[in-house]
Amino acid sequence: MDYQNILTTCTYCGCGCNFFLEVLDGELTGTIPCKTSPVNEGKLCIKGWNVHEFVQSDKRLKRPMIRKNGNLEEVSWDEALDYTAARLKTVKAEKGSDAVGFFASAKVTCEENYLMQKFARAAVGTNSVDHCARL
Amino acid sequence: MIEIVRQKAGELLNQGKIKGFIAPSRENGHVAPRLFTRVEELSTLNLGDSSSEGDARYPLDKILITLHRKYPDDCFGILVRGCDQRGLYTLYRLNQLNPDRVIEVGIACSPGLAKACECLKPFPDDAVAGDPVAPEGQKAVEMVEDMDMAGRFEFWMDQFSKCVKCYGCRDICPMCFCNECSLECKDLVSKGDLPVDIPVFHLVRAMHMADRCIDCGLCEEACPSDIPLRTLYKKTGRIMDEEFGFTSGINKHEKSPLSIMGPAPDKKGP
Repeated sequence: MDYQNILTTCTYCGCGCNFFLEVLDGELTGTIPCKTSPVNEGKLCIKGWNVHEFVQSDKRLKRPMIRKNGNLEEVSWDEALDYTAARLKTVKAEKGSDAVGFFASAKVTCEENYLMQKFARAAVGTNSVDHCARL
Repeated sequence: MIEIVRQKAGELLNQGKIKGFIAPSRENGHVAPRLFTRVEELSTLNLGDSSSEGDARYPLDKILITLHRKYPDDCFGILVRGCDQRGLYTLYRLNQLNPDRVIEVGIACSPGLAKACECLKPFPDDAVAGDPVAPEGQKAVEMVEDMDMAGRFEFWMDQFSKCVKCYGCRDICPMCFCNECSLECKDLVSKGDLPVDIPVFHLVRAMHMADRCIDCGLCEEACPSDIPLRTLYKKTGRIMDEEFGFTSGINKHEKSPLSIMGPAPDKKGP
């Protein structure tokens, strides 16, 4: 029997609410908001309350996929990255930089988002950068 | 007080009477609920106090339900205040926990905390530490009762309209264990829409709390909109007392009048 409460930070938005993920024998069983966190003081929104459900969801994408002949197929990271790089180059060459847009994410770190906008502006040459919370 | 609890929990673990002891723990600057399985771990034991008494209480009863569902044959120790024990009594009554598999280690709350909670029973039966203090008056409920009906309606609708539908009141509640929840029934509460259906959402929950709520106050503490939920459930509890002489979890073996089929039982209360 192994029951633990793991302190972590919500990945849904930039607020940074803290909660404990309840883990019983390696399986997530619940979310408990952290009362001693100065950010959320024991409160959460509906998304935060249900984090333990998405983590173990069968619907999560675990491997890169490319749509081939109308069907999504699992491919290696190398193939996915090569394909994406080639398509970005082609679109930029044929239609211009502003034909490409970037969606940043609340589920990654500030540094990763910084790199993304840097790539968008400096490498691709567009300021079309938006955020997943507006989807 | 904490030393007595630590000693008691240590004895239970040493004697092999329990598989683990459920209580808050202070680690890395935070207070978190924990299952203590070894005596050496008890040095971080906490009573749910961070910067003031009782400000970091967690639904320990709910954690016990999770453990009991997976390990029904194992016995667990648990730290209880008056409200937590009322919760256990209610969960025994509702067949969610087996009293033979639970050992309660009770502490009485200070007069200050009892007053802040306006608690009806700020001490558990058989407390091992703390001096039991008398029940407190119900000023918050009386303040609302003093309003006229129109004012009262306006007050509650105003409060309910602040709701962001996070379901936190239900999710934190140690008495909410149902597999199917009325608050997710599409005929009562629309799905995926805001604002929340008022007053249906809050009144459905209040009705379900009538013979369950043990007034731990965790719902109100978890509410991001500061809706005075505790006052609402105190009021439903008060109606149960006035009509049936029943208060949830006060007497260990008392059945809820709402679970009796047939005519209303004779009023037992004053």
